[in-house]
Amino acid sequence: MRKLVIAISMLAFAGSAAFADPIIDRQALMKERGKIVGGLAKVAKGEDSFDATAVLTQLQALQVNAEKFDVDALFPKGSDAGDTTAGPKIWEDTAGFKAAEDKYLANVKAAVAAAPADVDALKAQVGAIGSDCGACHQGYRIKKG
Amino acid sequence: MAWLKKLVGAALILGSVGAVGGWLLSAPVKLDATALAQLGPGDATKGKRIFYAGGCTSCHAKPGSQGDARLQLVGGLQLKTPFGTFVPPNISQDPKDGIGAWSVEDLANAMLKGVSPSGEHFYPAFPYASYARMKPSDVADLYAFLKTLPAVAGKAPGNSLAFPFNVRRGIGLWKRLYLSDQPVVALADGAPDPVASGRYLVEGPGHCGECHTPRNFAGGTKKGEWLAGAVAAEGSGIVPNITSGKGGLADWSEADIANYLETGFTPNFDSVGGAMVDVQRNMAELTAGDRAAIAAYLKAVPPHPNGYPARKQAAN
Repeated sequence: MRKLVIAISMLAFAGSAAFADPIIDRQALMKERGKIVGGLAKVAKGEDSFDATAVLTQLQALQVNAEKFDVDALFPKGSDAGDTTAGPKIWEDTAGFKAAEDKYLANVKAAVAAAPADVDALKAQVGAIGSDCGACHQGYRIKKG
Repeated sequence: MAWLKKLVGAALILGSVGAVGGWLLSAPVKLDATALAQLGPGDATKGKRIFYAGGCTSCHAKPGSQGDARLQLVGGLQLKTPFGTFVPPNISQDPKDGIGAWSVEDLANAMLKGVSPSGEHFYPAFPYASYARMKPSDVADLYAFLKTLPAVAGKAPGNSLAFPFNVRRGIGLWKRLYLSDQPVVALADGAPDPVASGRYLVEGPGHCGECHTPRNFAGGTKKGEWLAGAVAAEGSGIVPNITSGKGGLADWSEADIANYLETGFTPNFDSVGGAMVDVQRNMAELTAGDRAAIAAYLKAVPPHPNGYPARKQAAN
């Protein structure tokens, strides 16, 4: 009996270790997202030169990143505790949080589908995407010290 | 028992002197004739800049408004603070529910002295402690711009505050300590202009210090930790340090700050969040010159370490 209990608890432990920490996962995803948007913003501002192929590749990477954003898996109940700046509203208004994420994904997909041909087209798209970043961070993230 | 009578008598006299003194010291004070004479005719085009610098719409539009709805200043947001809940009122041009019947002098007394047309104190949740540093002519310009915005009927609910904060008269004493039209950061004579005009925008209409500076027990901003960041008045988060001290903006260039105010992107690929989202949207309406001036001033203010406690790691 005792051995069984130990075996089960070891399995449970191994199981929880196999699933990476959702806080670390979602932070990695947001970091990658920020890097891509930051690179595109530089082009939109004229700080980096515009290359339609490179821009499209970046937008596609952004779409892959956005599609990986599975709210239920990345923000399970209880993952508001720990080293995170996720705000309580994520769990109080999960539907609103998902809707904000969906709106962002739709704007990224639209940008990929439109394949911007010049800086002005990219500028409009980065503007829309950027305001989605702010809209979500306005209510669903809390700055901590 | 004569000594007791004397003591009681003395206490009564002292108490009533204190009460009379407190009553006199807490009286609302309006602008004097010299200040009113500086109002001038007002220019709506210039007033639009002051409107966005002042961020009026962030608190006075209906919460969650987008686009043109942000110009319908019907009020109703709930600011939940440790003092109680403040509700910004209707400041649309509706003559009954809003401020459509106000004169330019009324607006100037409200913004520069925190006094209502009926002679009552406003609560400093309305950031007149910053607006007091504005030029009267800028208030007149703002007045002209507000006149171009729609009248929207509907009264916002009142504040709900606990004793003693519900005693308006007490604000008069608070004003004696914290209301001043003088700049916070002293600049050397001949300081380069972007810094001086940035100081005006940040310390005056922009009222950045209201959230980015820690407050003392009486709710006054700690000038010795100006813009050092603070525990947020609402919710459980913090407002960042925007000086060049540790934890602040030391590794941001002036261009980074100006770009952030324009686009909402930080130099380390993050985005604007929280209450700053609305502020940044307002800042994007200013000219590039104004944003550059704000950046120049922020890089010139004395550096302070973070004005809020370090994050406690959750035990898990």
